[in-house]
Amino acid sequence: MNKKEELERWAQLLRYDVVRMISNANSGHPGGSLSAADIAACLYFNEMNIRPDEPDWPDRDRFILSKGHAAPVLYAALARKGYFSIETLKTLRTAGSMLQGHPDIHTPGVDMTTGCLGQGLSAGCGMALSARLDKKSYRVYVMMGCGEMNEGQVWESVMSAAHFKLDNILVILDYNQLQFDGSVREVLNPGSMKKRWEGFNWNVIEINGHDINEILSSFKKAKETKDIPTVIIADTIKGRGVKFIEKDYMWHSLMDNKKFTEYAEQMREELKNADSFYADRLW
Amino acid sequence: MTYKTGDWIPTRDAYGEALCELGEKNKKVVVFEADISKSTRTNLFGKKFPERYFNVGVAEQNEMAIAAGAAMCGKISFVSTYAVFASMRACEQVRTFVAYPHLNVKICPSHGGITPANDGVTHQGTEDLGIMRTIPGMTVLMPADANATKKLLFAAAEWDGPVYLRLTRDSVPIIYDEKTDFTIGKGILLREGKDVTIIALGDMVSKALDAANLLSTEEISAEVIDMHTIKPLDGDIILNSVKKTRTVVTVEDHQVECGLGGAVSEFLGENYPVPVRRIGFRNTFAESGEYELLLEKYGMSVKHITAGCLNSIKMKGKIR
Amino acid sequence: MEKDIQFLKDTAKELRKNILKMVCAACSGHPGGALSAAEIITALYYGEMHVDPKNPQDPDRDRFILSKGHTCPVLYSVLAMKGYFPLEELQTLRKINGRLQGHPDMNKTPGVDSTAGSLGNGLSIGIGMALMAKLDKKSYRTYVLLGCGELNEGLIWEAAMAAAKFKIDNLLAIVDYNRLQLDGTNDEVMPLEPLADKWKAFNWNVITIDGHDFNQILGAFRKAGETVNQPTVIIANTVKGKGVSFMENKVDWHGKAPNKEQLETALREIENDI
Repeated sequence: MNKKEELERWAQLLRYDVVRMISNANSGHPGGSLSAADIAACLYFNEMNIRPDEPDWPDRDRFILSKGHAAPVLYAALARKGYFSIETLKTLRTAGSMLQGHPDIHTPGVDMTTGCLGQGLSAGCGMALSARLDKKSYRVYVMMGCGEMNEGQVWESVMSAAHFKLDNILVILDYNQLQFDGSVREVLNPGSMKKRWEGFNWNVIEINGHDINEILSSFKKAKETKDIPTVIIADTIKGRGVKFIEKDYMWHSLMDNKKFTEYAEQMREELKNADSFYADRLW
Repeated sequence: MTYKTGDWIPTRDAYGEALCELGEKNKKVVVFEADISKSTRTNLFGKKFPERYFNVGVAEQNEMAIAAGAAMCGKISFVSTYAVFASMRACEQVRTFVAYPHLNVKICPSHGGITPANDGVTHQGTEDLGIMRTIPGMTVLMPADANATKKLLFAAAEWDGPVYLRLTRDSVPIIYDEKTDFTIGKGILLREGKDVTIIALGDMVSKALDAANLLSTEEISAEVIDMHTIKPLDGDIILNSVKKTRTVVTVEDHQVECGLGGAVSEFLGENYPVPVRRIGFRNTFAESGEYELLLEKYGMSVKHITAGCLNSIKMKGKIR
Repeated sequence: MEKDIQFLKDTAKELRKNILKMVCAACSGHPGGALSAAEIITALYYGEMHVDPKNPQDPDRDRFILSKGHTCPVLYSVLAMKGYFPLEELQTLRKINGRLQGHPDMNKTPGVDSTAGSLGNGLSIGIGMALMAKLDKKSYRTYVLLGCGELNEGLIWEAAMAAAKFKIDNLLAIVDYNRLQLDGTNDEVMPLEPLADKWKAFNWNVITIDGHDFNQILGAFRKAGETVNQPTVIIANTVKGKGVSFMENKVDWHGKAPNKEQLETALREIENDI
């Protein structure tokens, strides 16, 4: 199995975990978790320098899920990396669980509490500035959603990152074009997202956020870019992988758990029969 | 739309429906939304009155300031988002540009307290009442059920100046019939008693009634007041009750500081000192989980309210 | 036209003198950013806006929001000169029981349409007013004067997005682009360039001018008035402290009052166009 094939499988497994977790919890946000699965797989299984057995390792790469409602995909990646057990995924959103409805800094592997949109990049800038000050080589990855581009704080932090020339920060915009109340066009009509970031002096790379090769090569290009921060605008599909919710903004949060649970079962069967990779990883 | 006692309905649902009725009656009503209309239920208003409905995206500070600008032109602006965002992210806009000019901006956030239970800390507004209550000229409300929501929403629209009206994400039982009248600044005596006064608001009112029922089986008679307005606080209803019971338990889905417990303690401290027990969050954040389980874990369940009452009655004895 | 321009120039001179006198009398205030906006304010109040000083609350009046509220001496001066209140009242700036607060106050001062002073809020408030004009089918326009420092505020960009979404063409934003903020130059504190590209990327119509040239200012107002279905921002290149040699381009004069001696020198320079 080559790298690409392996990462595709991890992404598919993360999707399975997401569907399972949300169906189990009977609440959560599937659409934006699924659109980010390929990127999350590439980050956690290829790109980031982290130690699951030492989550607070000072030299680790940082990851901030600024679009915190997509927590299930982050939890799935963390569990698959061994930060905590797969069993724990069953406790999402239940009282006493380490897996809160939105990412919580107290959970192993979670570098910042998020869920109130628009704050992740500001904290990421602080981390990146510290890395530079401490002459450390860790990088900071911030995944943002398209809805939160509405928040002014995002543009404050975008301005700051460029001013401080933070080339050790990488923003990945999961640009699935849908937010809570509808398409980004309907809600606030952003025009060209690329021009917007360029107007704030960022290096912009546009990719297909479901193409593993494009994701990996964009990470590489970003690393080679000096003195200017990079944003990857990843064209994605909300709900990617679960056909009946794809591109449906109503499925930003869980709509019909009966249907969703049936789908989880169906997905389990399909994966079991698909490939030996999945066989002993399903739950 | 009317609601039957005993049914369970989130007050945000009642808000969405009442807002449409209000919009029909009062053409000065304009509504601002920050990309969560399906959740705050303002999508109903948006469908009915698209020309008076403005969705500004995920941008709460902007939402609040635009609402202020509209109120400066004589409109009654309703602002919908979640309690955490309305009270904290847009706090300065509320203070300086809404409250200081005393504008008709009615801030009506959903997700008050831990009613967005399993969403976790980022979405649970547990400090908002205190923040809002500190702002001069602000009127702060939390209706206990859907019927109260509708009445208080109408009252808020008539009220001169800014109002913060806090709603629940999850269902709460209907305790009022549709004939009950509500006046801003006047608490409601729900149950008479002589041993202890329980003052509650919002989703905790039904819990306070349950606690009073439980106490009655132990021959303790608790008076229950729904203090749907914590600012301006109804001092008369407190004094009348406390002169009889001589001790108070406050119950709120909020930090015990600055909210209802704070308001009642401050009032009694200055006017009629008696022992007060405050039920609510004590210097802690909540977490994800089922609403009832969270109330249990954080010392706010019916059981905790009754224990608070017993404790408070005991305390009264000591002081006597 | 020549004569009109000369009148505006003379008025701006008067405005500058009043600014300096009132700040000196108050022993505090922000002269730098008030002086840089003198031509823009003069052009607005004497060549553009429909307002009636006798009827400051006229519902059909054009609105003006000084979002860069710390530069209120320029606003108070023009309001006094237009007759909203007596010129002598300018001496009460920042004094107790006065109507002229340290930052613009809609509760207290006739002619002030919005409280301002905490930066970044004016454009949002202006959008609220402009939306209501459309809703009520009124023809009044809303003018918002922004400082360059406050463009650091995220709220400005929230407002920029919203104005474009709602196609607000009855609002005009003007950036008094003097390139200095409290802690230094924009470039030192938080660079804004390419500023025009930023606004364009937020779907605005952008007009760049010399903010001290009345022909250009009035021309830009006219062009903005003709633009439909899109909001317009005028980026007015200006000089902070304009008109007073020792204040020009000096960040120190952002928030410092001149003493009596400095005032004399300054007034003389303004009078003689030095």
